[in-house]
Amino acid sequence: MTRYVLRRLGLTVITLFILSIVIFAVSVVLPGSVGRAILGQFASPESVANLNRDLGVDGALVPRYLKWAGGAIQGDFGDSYKFRAPVMDFLPTALFASIKLAIATLVIVLPLGIIGGTFAALRQGKASDRIITISGLTLAVTPEFVVGIILTMIFAVKLDWLPSGGSAKGSVLEQIRVLILPALTLSAVLFGYLSRMARAGAIEALAADYTRTATLKGLPRRTVLRRHVLRNSLLPTIAVTASQMSYLLGGLLVTETLFSYRGLGLLIADAARGRDVPMLMAAVFLVGALAMLMTLIADLLTAWLNPRVRLGATQ
Amino acid sequence: MTDASTDTSTSAPATSTRDVRKELRRQLFRSKTFIVGMLILLFWTFNAIAPGVLATHDPTKQNPATKWVRPFFNEGFILGADRKGSDVFSRALYGAREIMIIAPSATIIGVTVGVVLGLAMGYFRGPFDDIASRFIEALMSLPVILVALLALTSLSGGRLTIILLIGFLFGPIIARTIRAAVLTERNLDYVRAAELRGERSWYIMFVEILPNVFGPIVVEFTVRLGYAVFTMAGLAFVGFGTQPGSPDWGRTIFEERLSLLSDVWWPALVPALALASLVVAINLIADAVQGLIDR
Repeated sequence: MTRYVLRRLGLTVITLFILSIVIFAVSVVLPGSVGRAILGQFASPESVANLNRDLGVDGALVPRYLKWAGGAIQGDFGDSYKFRAPVMDFLPTALFASIKLAIATLVIVLPLGIIGGTFAALRQGKASDRIITISGLTLAVTPEFVVGIILTMIFAVKLDWLPSGGSAKGSVLEQIRVLILPALTLSAVLFGYLSRMARAGAIEALAADYTRTATLKGLPRRTVLRRHVLRNSLLPTIAVTASQMSYLLGGLLVTETLFSYRGLGLLIADAARGRDVPMLMAAVFLVGALAMLMTLIADLLTAWLNPRVRLGATQ
Repeated sequence: MTDASTDTSTSAPATSTRDVRKELRRQLFRSKTFIVGMLILLFWTFNAIAPGVLATHDPTKQNPATKWVRPFFNEGFILGADRKGSDVFSRALYGAREIMIIAPSATIIGVTVGVVLGLAMGYFRGPFDDIASRFIEALMSLPVILVALLALTSLSGGRLTIILLIGFLFGPIIARTIRAAVLTERNLDYVRAAELRGERSWYIMFVEILPNVFGPIVVEFTVRLGYAVFTMAGLAFVGFGTQPGSPDWGRTIFEERLSLLSDVWWPALVPALALASLVVAINLIADAVQGLIDR
């Protein structure tokens, strides 16, 4: 197990390093100039060159990468062009808000997806299975803002039960009220994915010999489901979900924009529109690192729960 | 098994392959999901090419007097008017064009890049494959839309840029699937035979292996087309890739979303449903194709 953990950690560090190169390359090496993009096409070449020098984006690439990455390791991602203040003054608050939203989403979608998928598996081929599968497929491919707009229309405008947007501040109850609609929006897209995985996992577990044995030796159906089917189908489901975290994090961009929720997604959207490159690079790096961390945790969890890996046998 | 597949791919030529394709197509057209998806897709393709046929108004015509006319055949507006008094129905039809140009073009580029890269990675393996795999893994930890935003800070956000950008970002993701398919083909006898004949690598990759990974390529194409629409719509929604005031669905939904709060739902909901119908249609097709090819 220790060897597995070390190897997995090592790989993550390497991938993080490559991620930083990818982000730097995409935002810096592509043809085009930040100064030109900020000042517009009618600005004189001198003022563009001056701005590029002020922003420190005119030197050779390797030193610039080293400066950026070196700072990033120490938690310094440079100054925001727009606010003229360190990027790190803004990132932690936004990250915290997004984590709240992500947790609210998972609290909604994990039980719903697992129950929905398992239920569909139990009624495989029947009408209720078709309904869950097709609505899941539909939700999974519908852009978040389409779902969000329908939810806002129903719950914020017609019924006037929940606020149509804003940030999570104030009392816990107030925060929960603000979080419900964006979290439901993100849940809709994830539900399709999660329920499909849960259904596939449950169908496999239902067909397995150990489930048949458990049923044949006379265990009550409820016990068979809990101890034999769910125990075997849940883990792969959750692991696969964790590997889809980058998808959830991408959804934050549109969802937070739609609900004016001040998290990482809205920060990225604003930074992109304002061409605030240091802010954007830092936020996107954070998202990538977060997705990687989630995958790592899921992998380690799966390994730990799997005796074959935990006890050091090679797969 | 191996002998039979060697037969079809090298000695017994076109006829059998063509028969297989024909049979696949026949089965596709018997699938209900495929037909429904295809009909919706054809409807939007038709409107992307000739939006003027069904549209009742000029989508750019504004008129303060008809602001927020309620839907369902009031004052000559089938689905009401938006905050600028433009016809919501006609704008939704015209809005199909941008996305129906960008998404398929980007997907074609993505599949081309992905197939070339995937074939090379799967065929050559070794250090090239290792390094490329690492980069793809890092890239895939990021949502495509975020990488696109990063690139758009220095690039101009024109149509061609968006097409190339989405295409090249999808390429590596597609390459991974193709690579996996190539790895299983690589050790089959027909590849060995071609190697022993002394064929060049590019010949083996493109003439011998490529036709045999056709299935995964078709599946990837349909699935990625759905994601391309999704990505493009998201970019438009946060304000990239289209001009302000364009009838594009993502852009319109963003611009009209605040009307919702005044209980004016139609200017944002109509393009939202149009977009949803397109994505769902593509995914119905993808599902049917996948079910057929995986079997």
